[in-house]
Amino acid sequence: MKARYFAWVRERIGLAEEEIAPPASVKTIADLIAWQQQRGENYAAAFANAATIRAALDRQHVKPGTPIAAAAEVAFFPPMTGG
Amino acid sequence: MKRILRVQEKAFDAAAEIAALEIDSATGALVTFTGLCRDEGGTLAALEIEAYPEMAEAEIGRVVTEAERRWPLDAVLVVHRTGMIGAGEAIVLVATASAHRDEAFHAAEFLMDYLKTRAPFWKKAHRRDGSAGDWVAAKDDDEAAAARWISSKPAL
Repeated sequence: MKARYFAWVRERIGLAEEEIAPPASVKTIADLIAWQQQRGENYAAAFANAATIRAALDRQHVKPGTPIAAAAEVAFFPPMTGG
Repeated sequence: MKRILRVQEKAFDAAAEIAALEIDSATGALVTFTGLCRDEGGTLAALEIEAYPEMAEAEIGRVVTEAERRWPLDAVLVVHRTGMIGAGEAIVLVATASAHRDEAFHAAEFLMDYLKTRAPFWKKAHRRDGSAGDWVAAKDDDEAAAARWISSKPAL
């Protein structure tokens, strides 16, 4: 699936987007965050505090317990500050 | 109901945007809100606004659909800018039109509260002294402002 990163999540990882292939045991957004945390120092820094990470699946907001299922695109970002 | 929803880099002309809504004589109230880039006591030079563009347009559409469900609106406009926005420049324009003012006021406030907490935009501060910018932190007040609409039925 395609992963996209925004704001300081993007800066800490050093990538705006990438293709990811998590193992089958990664079923939910919370699982995916835990998996990301162990992919290297930059990912560990970006995902250190899961409570500050928001996620979207196929461009809709989702919660940590939401199954990833067959989503094509996942995005991770900080709480929003528009307006 | 007419709706104009746009995410763009360039500055907007609020009067021209509102004219494009072509409000007709059934409308009795037009509320407009413009969000500006504050200079934070002279320390801030600009805000750099990053977006998740494909999601931003979809999410703004969902928020507007919810506003239409709650209040009888004749027209809604949301224009949100991205990129570098200098102190004093406009960031966002929201307009709501309805037969009566209460609906238009409520809908405009609801739209701004929801856009701040749900639309995928992030602000980075660029200081006047040239120091590296920080990402603006989300405010608990904004979350609380959005949350108050959860239990509130259309009061009208």
